[in-house]
Amino acid sequence: MICPPPAQLSSLELLGFGDCGWGATLLWGFGNSILIAIGAYALGFLIGVTGAFGKLYGGPVAKDLWSVYTTLVRAVPELVLMLILYYAVPAGLNQLLIASGYERIDLPQFITGVVVLAFVQGAYQTEVLRGAILAVPHGQIEAARAMGMAPGQVARRVIFPQMTANAVPGLGNLWLNATKDTALLAVIGFSELTKATYQASATTKAFFTFYPAAMAMYLLISLISIFAFARIEKWARKGQRDVRG
Amino acid sequence: MQSFLKPHRIVLIALALAAVAAAVVWGRWEWLGESKYQILILKGIWLSIWLTTVTMVVGMCLAIPIGLAQAVGPWYLALPARIYCTIIRGTPLLMQIWLLYYGLGSLFPGTWVQKSDLWPLLRQAWPYAVVALSLSVAGYEGEVMRGAFRGVPHGQLEAAKAMGMPRFTLFRRIWLPQALNRVLPTIGGETVLQLKSTPLVSTITIMEIYAVAGRIRQDTFIVYEPLFLLAIIYMAIAGLIVFMFRWLESRTPQRTA
Repeated sequence: MICPPPAQLSSLELLGFGDCGWGATLLWGFGNSILIAIGAYALGFLIGVTGAFGKLYGGPVAKDLWSVYTTLVRAVPELVLMLILYYAVPAGLNQLLIASGYERIDLPQFITGVVVLAFVQGAYQTEVLRGAILAVPHGQIEAARAMGMAPGQVARRVIFPQMTANAVPGLGNLWLNATKDTALLAVIGFSELTKATYQASATTKAFFTFYPAAMAMYLLISLISIFAFARIEKWARKGQRDVRG
Repeated sequence: MQSFLKPHRIVLIALALAAVAAAVVWGRWEWLGESKYQILILKGIWLSIWLTTVTMVVGMCLAIPIGLAQAVGPWYLALPARIYCTIIRGTPLLMQIWLLYYGLGSLFPGTWVQKSDLWPLLRQAWPYAVVALSLSVAGYEGEVMRGAFRGVPHGQLEAAKAMGMPRFTLFRRIWLPQALNRVLPTIGGETVLQLKSTPLVSTITIMEIYAVAGRIRQDTFIVYEPLFLLAIIYMAIAGLIVFMFRWLESRTPQRTA
């Protein structure tokens, strides 16, 4: 089917799923953005938990190295870090593979994107989780140790349940950041929502159709997430005394 | 100093210095010697600092009424302010910049604007960059200021009213200074975040330091070295901002318990 010039199409037709619409492109980009955000957030959480415990209970060298990591990442723009990692991660991995006798691989864009964003997320999550652990009353941890609990047990039974409530607001903000940071990947050429919007609007010149539509999608995730994290916080705070009395 | 220089730290510092030395010796830095790039880099650093400062100041000027409207305004002011903050904070800055530059910028050619005196200004990219970055600051800081205005003890405002202060004087002498004083550390952090947002405007042809590094990489085909320089420059500027805000905080009177 040959499409009429974009100027003759209505906004609905442009956003639709027909042959002339860009709906499928946008939605595909949207899905991609969410998947990258989820992957980066999850991987960042692993880094964050390791980092928080490393910073608080690690040896002197580990403590310093984690401090260097969080300070560096938080002082350098995400875009610069992404660009460095975008080249460094695949190159480093391939060198490692070749050195250990395997063949080089082409890392899928998706995985590079996730790793790069997770590296940034990890630094911020480390700080949020560290603060949350510090807010757990120290007597609780001492009591658990005095009862002869192993470090893993202390973490699982005493620290985690009590730090959750403190960590949820910060982690919620970081999740919102993760969804918005996926847009930065557009600059280094990933096909996610912002890139899809750029392509659609540059082709059709219908800027005021595509940008508000994409912004509405981002806004939708934000609003749903804010609601969800409020519920999670309520759940995590059950059994805690309400400050307002 | 004794507590900082523990044995393992000395080893770590030595390792870091060795890494830096290796990067200096084996890296390709010859482009740093070319005056063409030196000028570009200096101009780029200046532009990044200029963008951060100007957009922070303009943004804060917008954030104060937005925060006030949300904190104590009637619903017909509070609601739009609230919606504005939600939209700005809920969508990526990159998208806002592109919407303004490509979208708004595409509306002007062929209309009366093209013939007006504003055109030479609107034809360039930097007004769009300044507007987009300032609006973003206004959205984030509007939310911060809302909390700040609410946090000023009510007794202060009542005392000022009882002294017969007109409303504007009360705002200028009591409410605003105390609110700003409260959020000074937050604003410092937000300024660093704002600095870290400025590379986004390189996508709309602004030659700030990130764009300069990109240009050098394109010209010389060197992958990492310009990026390392970029990271160091941003860290230095961020350090400068943190230092400046610490100094500001030390100058404002703090009542501690």
